[in-house]
Amino acid sequence: MKGLSINNISMRFDLKNGSSVQALKDVSLDIDEGQIITVLGPSGCGKTTLLNIVAGFLAPTEGKVILNEHIVQGPGAERGMVFQQGALFEWMNVRSNVAFGPRMKGMSKAEQDEKVKHLLEIVGLADFEDKAVYELSGGMQQRVALARCLANDPDVILMDEPLGALDALTREKMQGLVLKLWKETGKTIILITHSVEEAVLLGERLLVLAPRPGRIHKEYKLPFAEMGVNVDLREVKKADGYTETRDEILSIIWEMEEEIMGRAEEN
Amino acid sequence: MAILIFYIIIFIAAFYLVKIASSFTKSQDDFTSLKTVTFGDESAVSPNRAASFISVIAVFAIWAAFTGSKLIPIHVPGPFIGELSFSYTAMNASGQTDDADVTITVYDVQTGDIPDKLDIEPGTGFALNDTDQIITYRSGLIKVQKNDVGGKDKGYKVIAVNGQEILPEQEIFVDNARIYMTRKGTLSVTPEKGWQMQPVWLPAPETVWSRLVKVGSEGYKNFTLLEHLGWSLIRVVVGFLAGAIIGIPLGYAMGLSGWFRGWFDPIVEFMRPVPPLALIPLVIIWFGIGEQGKIILLFLASLWIMTISARAGVSGVNIAKIHAAYSLGASKWQIMRLVIVPNSLPEIFTGARVSMGVCWGTVVAAELVAAQKGAGMMIINASKFQMTDLVIMGIVLIGVIGYAIDILMRISENYLVPWKGK
Repeated sequence: MKGLSINNISMRFDLKNGSSVQALKDVSLDIDEGQIITVLGPSGCGKTTLLNIVAGFLAPTEGKVILNEHIVQGPGAERGMVFQQGALFEWMNVRSNVAFGPRMKGMSKAEQDEKVKHLLEIVGLADFEDKAVYELSGGMQQRVALARCLANDPDVILMDEPLGALDALTREKMQGLVLKLWKETGKTIILITHSVEEAVLLGERLLVLAPRPGRIHKEYKLPFAEMGVNVDLREVKKADGYTETRDEILSIIWEMEEEIMGRAEEN
Repeated sequence: MAILIFYIIIFIAAFYLVKIASSFTKSQDDFTSLKTVTFGDESAVSPNRAASFISVIAVFAIWAAFTGSKLIPIHVPGPFIGELSFSYTAMNASGQTDDADVTITVYDVQTGDIPDKLDIEPGTGFALNDTDQIITYRSGLIKVQKNDVGGKDKGYKVIAVNGQEILPEQEIFVDNARIYMTRKGTLSVTPEKGWQMQPVWLPAPETVWSRLVKVGSEGYKNFTLLEHLGWSLIRVVVGFLAGAIIGIPLGYAMGLSGWFRGWFDPIVEFMRPVPPLALIPLVIIWFGIGEQGKIILLFLASLWIMTISARAGVSGVNIAKIHAAYSLGASKWQIMRLVIVPNSLPEIFTGARVSMGVCWGTVVAAELVAAQKGAGMMIINASKFQMTDLVIMGIVLIGVIGYAIDILMRISENYLVPWKGK
């Protein structure tokens, strides 16, 4: 079976004071190839933990992750990652950053260069090969990070709040780019975000996680990502059902946050 | 004290002069000059280059003025040179009094030959005129009674100088000299010393310069100047490199393995605060005063600094970079080579700069203690012979070299790790 399957994942770890934290409990999810999924939830609901388990940086206490019939046991090149910021290698120029994955695979220099050129064109950074990454703006750096991830041709792209540190305008542009890349490459994408708007716009499927223990609270199937491929995102926001969906999810998250605050006050 | 007051006066005067001078030139309307709040805004404070320039000039000017240098025309008053005279009144054993004159030639041993003794008239009466010579900055006992008739009698004594009464352990000021009567009644004359420094305390700038030229061409104590400085530098470089070659891998190991960190943490944390200078006695006992001991000392001075900076460089790597490299398919060795090592370079460079500075200080100190050659040996040896000009020359050269090392390190840092701090 092609695709990514997350089977009954639970994550529990002990704290130094003897108590333990249930970060995730019985999370199950099947993702078909080529789907884009956004994950939302209040702080501390285990979004990043879930992503790190799929990436293979953390081993779950129970359950398993299966990608294309192989059990995930560690990090691997078939699962690419895009981080919020600071994951580029400052000591390399844009070309070397993007060519990092192909280089690890032992691809020839000429092929690497060709691939880099092609990908930089796609992400809108043509002719930036020889620039130092610390000379680029935050948005440009994230474009490089996307290109670097794509250069490795992974089956799944895991994005951990990739646009979180960008200003609102750049963010909007980058959301369009993510959708464009998704459609053009046909990759499976899991995107974690704090922004309800972003989750609604980009998620074919949208998961709302609930905290303590982290679990899937509700799942939405949304049409907006498909729309956004062809239409400007600002137009998508005027589409039927967008505002309602957004407000509904916002109130769910609000309630969860209130509950967390309430619990904190009781303590 | 006088020097400090002079310095403060120049500081204040220069401030107002530059302020007045700059008020005539048209000010630029750059961004900083348009700020109304500058007090407390560190970014609005940039060094006033005129102040830097005057500051350097002021140090040399004061140095020159207080040493009677020929480089500048204005000096503070120097020591009295020439003839000074005063009269004294003596009382002999039978109670008679008589006056006589004393003429003293004060001469500078640096510039002139010893002047000839003056021919003087002995004068009349039982007290006879005297003459003597005194070197500048010294004082001399003038035994006026020696040639006086009856001067060896028990009742003879000097009772006044220039008509002023004087008793033992009292002093009188005459023109250009202070006269003090010892407990036994002898006159001690101290010619006016002026405000200038004695050359043995602080030689004039040109003396230091001519010493530099002389030592530069003739060498000092069997080695040329370049050999002295070169040996110090070689010791520093070899010691530092040895420390880096061992320290950096050790720091990496401590940053990457819990066992290594646990094992070496107590050693590193204990040795780090021990000043390298405190190790000199032990190093001398163990390895003697030769090159081996010095290099081991410098090795120890740089080892801990390099270890800690390499460890910090590894710990400081953003975990996202490591995760990204793993998910791009890198192996452990590739992550080490392509991510961890380059990521730690800025920290290592900072460590190297500190370490070079410490090593340079330590090598000079070690050479002060015992060495055949080296910058430190040169100045401690010179100080034993009171060659203050050579001592100052050595200190200036040590400072210049230390500064040059730091600038070189900074330039190579900008060149090799341009992403630092970005």
